[in-house]
Amino acid sequence: METLLSAARLSLLVSLSATVLIGVVGLGLAYLLAFREFRGKHLLDALISVPLVLPPTVVGYYLVLLFGRDGWLGGPLYRLLHWSAVFTWQGAALAAFVVALPLMVRVSRAAIQSVDRDLIQISATLGKSEWDTAWHVVLPLARQGILAGLLLSFARALGEFGATLMIAGNIPGKTSTLPLSIYTAFQNGDDTLAQTLALLLTVISGAVIYFANRWTASRWM
Amino acid sequence: MDVTLDVRFRKTLGDFSLDVSWQAGCEIVVLFGPSGAGKSLTFQALAGLVTPDEGRIRLGEALLFDSESGVNRPAREREVGYLFQHYALYPHMSARDNIRFAHPHPGSPEAARELDALLQRFHLEEVAGQFPRALSGGQRQRVALARALMRRPRWLLLDEPLSAVDLAVRRRIRAELKQLQRTLAIPMVLITHDLGEALAMADHLVIYDGGRVVQAGTPSAILQNPENSVIAEWAGSALVHGERVFSF
Repeated sequence: METLLSAARLSLLVSLSATVLIGVVGLGLAYLLAFREFRGKHLLDALISVPLVLPPTVVGYYLVLLFGRDGWLGGPLYRLLHWSAVFTWQGAALAAFVVALPLMVRVSRAAIQSVDRDLIQISATLGKSEWDTAWHVVLPLARQGILAGLLLSFARALGEFGATLMIAGNIPGKTSTLPLSIYTAFQNGDDTLAQTLALLLTVISGAVIYFANRWTASRWM
Repeated sequence: MDVTLDVRFRKTLGDFSLDVSWQAGCEIVVLFGPSGAGKSLTFQALAGLVTPDEGRIRLGEALLFDSESGVNRPAREREVGYLFQHYALYPHMSARDNIRFAHPHPGSPEAARELDALLQRFHLEEVAGQFPRALSGGQRQRVALARALMRRPRWLLLDEPLSAVDLAVRRRIRAELKQLQRTLAIPMVLITHDLGEALAMADHLVIYDGGRVVQAGTPSAILQNPENSVIAEWAGSALVHGERVFSF
């Protein structure tokens, strides 16, 4: 029971942190990709999406290269703050962020792009800035897609295993999220715990997908 | 005021050039011509919604676009009231919020005052809380017009303002638009490819074809002295349908 609670709490912390970050970064990227033309756009698009098809362990491996104590980013960070993402819940959140980000970007970008261009153009003739138009026209009209993207990302973050294991390890009470605890319980022959955890994850993920689908299906008109 | 566009679109429209110049005083100017003549493109270029690849756009003294000197005044600074063919009302805002949004400071007391005045002028008080999908064609158009006026434009561009309303209310709307132009006393330019409508509405008629102005003048001057055989044929048919044309 204690394992279950601590794993659930940790999973929630990791997934929610990742989702908040995804909400900000993912929405910004989706808007950028939907409306701007710039050099390297396709490369950026591919870079964001590649975790969808890469084995999560490979993503985790790259994350360790980047954020490990000797990593390109992690090295300077460690020298500066004596802190590293490796074997921490923040590392797990980072892994969840990278793996779930493409879902948010793809779904919300599609929603943003489907906003009628006339509505955006008329805003310009009404003297509105791009910010005003984005805030009052584009985002409200794309909000179902944006919410669905957030939900899907949350569900994906919740189920993240491979990349998390690589960068954060499987430390009970510290980085053992629900999926990792299931693995441990199964390895240790604790079938009851594995079953309970699996059921819990299935229910949460199922509910999230259900609502994500409902929100994308309903429209203004 | 002279409106002059001498522009070329290479990439976007597969090489189309628009070379037109016409007068727009405080009156109703009608751009008339077949589809693809460049009427809507004129509006979009004037409003800054399309960017030509080269050329110059002038509105009176103001230079709106010049590819050589790199001038391209952004759409939101061009001070045009643009009525799209299908109005482009925001579906997630009530009629009232659609209009209010166009004010530079939508939350201010002035915005509230002007909003009330516009709702009254366009007889929209009763439907102000409704969303666009619940409004009739005529009401939608009035909301769109009120919204366009909320930002105090210096001129109005109306793209086929009568195409999306029932035949039955067209006549009334024509009269309302004329009345509106007289009240506002700013140039009102409208597009149509219905000759009867063009003749009924225009103080000044500009006939487009292939990205050029074929003839411009008062409707009666054009009818009496058509520039070429095509216009003469239109003029002839207009006289045949005289009852419809001159009943306004």
